[in-house]
Amino acid sequence: MSTSTGWNRDAVERRLLGALRPLTIAFLLLICLFPFYYMLLLSFRPLDAVLQDPGALWPSGGEIDLGTYGDVLRSTDDGGQGFLTFIRNSFVVAVGTVALTLLVSIPGAYAVSRLEFFGRRQIGAVFLGVYFFPAILLAIPLFVFFTRIQQRGTLVGLLVVYVAQVAAVSIYMLRNYFDTIPASVEEAAEIDGCTRLQAMRHISLPLAMPAIASNALFIFMIAWNEFLFALLFLVERRDNWTVSLGLSQLAGSIEVPTTVLMAGSVILTVPIIVLFFLSERWLAGGLTAGAEKG
Amino acid sequence: MTISGPTSPAEATVEAPDPVPPQRRRRARSVRAREDSRTGYLLITPTVVIVLAMVVLPIVWTVSLAFQQVRLLNLRTTGVVGDYSLDNFTNVLTSPGFLDALLTTLVYSVAGTACAIGLGLVAALALRRPFRGRGLVRACMLVPYVAPVVAATFVWTTMLNPQFGVVNHYGTTLLGWNDPIAFLSSAQPVSPFGLDLHVSTSLLTVVLFEGWRSFPFAFLFLTARMQAIPESLEEAATVDGATPTQRFRHIILPQLLPTIAVLTVLRFIWTFNNFDDIYLLTGGGSGTQVVAVRVFDYLINRGDIGAAAAQALVLAAILAVLVTIYLKSFGRREDVA
Repeated sequence: MSTSTGWNRDAVERRLLGALRPLTIAFLLLICLFPFYYMLLLSFRPLDAVLQDPGALWPSGGEIDLGTYGDVLRSTDDGGQGFLTFIRNSFVVAVGTVALTLLVSIPGAYAVSRLEFFGRRQIGAVFLGVYFFPAILLAIPLFVFFTRIQQRGTLVGLLVVYVAQVAAVSIYMLRNYFDTIPASVEEAAEIDGCTRLQAMRHISLPLAMPAIASNALFIFMIAWNEFLFALLFLVERRDNWTVSLGLSQLAGSIEVPTTVLMAGSVILTVPIIVLFFLSERWLAGGLTAGAEKG
Repeated sequence: MTISGPTSPAEATVEAPDPVPPQRRRRARSVRAREDSRTGYLLITPTVVIVLAMVVLPIVWTVSLAFQQVRLLNLRTTGVVGDYSLDNFTNVLTSPGFLDALLTTLVYSVAGTACAIGLGLVAALALRRPFRGRGLVRACMLVPYVAPVVAATFVWTTMLNPQFGVVNHYGTTLLGWNDPIAFLSSAQPVSPFGLDLHVSTSLLTVVLFEGWRSFPFAFLFLTARMQAIPESLEEAATVDGATPTQRFRHIILPQLLPTIAVLTVLRFIWTFNNFDDIYLLTGGGSGTQVVAVRVFDYLINRGDIGAAAAQALVLAAILAVLVTIYLKSFGRREDVA
């Protein structure tokens, strides 16, 4: 009978998948988290111990050595790798990118979402196209341009390029959110005598705050993680290196021990992971709450 | 209602009972529309300026550079009006290195995209049923995607190191490998069943890395789509005696296909343009030189800006053609919206 074979197949599949599911989840967790655990582990272990026993999955007693962090953070004058300067550079560039991008993209997104003007739709399409463009193609003329105006090697040049790269995406994301805020809320304010810009500032902007916050984090992560343009622009100026660039440049040299660079990796990764886990829950909640209220 | 963006049917019906005389209303509206239009331009101008200056003009300039003999050394003497010729393109298109890099780029993009979406689908299915701590597990799945690429490549390079890498250590002691595998520097072709697939060990490694790094993106999209599938559909199928794989095949998968199609386009574009991962993992050595890395090599190491620009343009053109063919043949346009 077909029903009985069907039931059998069903039972077999259920049991098999029931056993496979936890195995799959365990495997996925392993590949997602182990590399970062290993990063942390190596940053704590002395290099000799790693070379002698590469398979150790946790530090043995008394082996933990936090000196690598000191080595990597200290300035080169004090025999370190100067990561403290790199952190400052990365931070300046990332925060500057966030501030400047939001400054241009919030009004831009509002305009694209709310105001009818000629070319509104086309602008959206062009901006989105930027997101899919090969970065390496843009890298060539920007490299040439900044070399010629002698701004290559400055953090400001890098910052401007970052803003141009993310402004389009930022507008796209924010526009979607402005679209969900009913126009009637603003119209009510205008009846009460607000101008359009006042209505935007006092009504729509506060309502869009969760979206703006998540957008800011998104931009911060992009700018903090960025590598190609930092490499092209800053490689000859060690004092202006970002953390990403510093780590990649030092990774190629044999003089710096791997464990010290692992400490650098941890320093590069931790802010992003912390931001991600902090914002993940809060932003999800904030976004849905804002949508319901709106 | 022209002020509130895309008009919905609901708004249109609200407008119907109109107490204001049509003529006055029209005039008020046109003043209003003009004001809106002016404010709109005012607000969008900063973005347009910066995108024009830093994205659109550079693209135009790349086209110009590609037709000139520009080198890093004679850069300062090169003007807008120069000697234009097709030399760069003929040199680039006839050099075997470029075609090889193009083929590598294609293999890398197709295989990397497939890996990322496949793994993302598996993860989304495995985490579909609620259990304690599922939220945390889901968040953990996204870590490879948000982590800085330089840190991720550095830790994997260390883990795959033939001398003291943890993968080779356990490979040789536990899995019985005869020799450590040089995952990132072996040009040895991988040819299952004697097939030559243009894949070296290193290329396979960077493809798997791409799958590892990008599957969270697919996982995120597919999870969101799965949550929108009404449960009653599956319940009905279960009552009708469908087994879990049958339910997947006939109910869940068809619902996911449009999402998978969009993901394919997005991931393919990004992988095709990818520079960071391969540059950081192998530097483009041992059969992993994709076009983006080759362009960088021409630009920085050889200082041949004209040739670099020509190759980047060919890369962008081929990508545009491939994406157009894909969109045409599937007849869908969701990804644009």
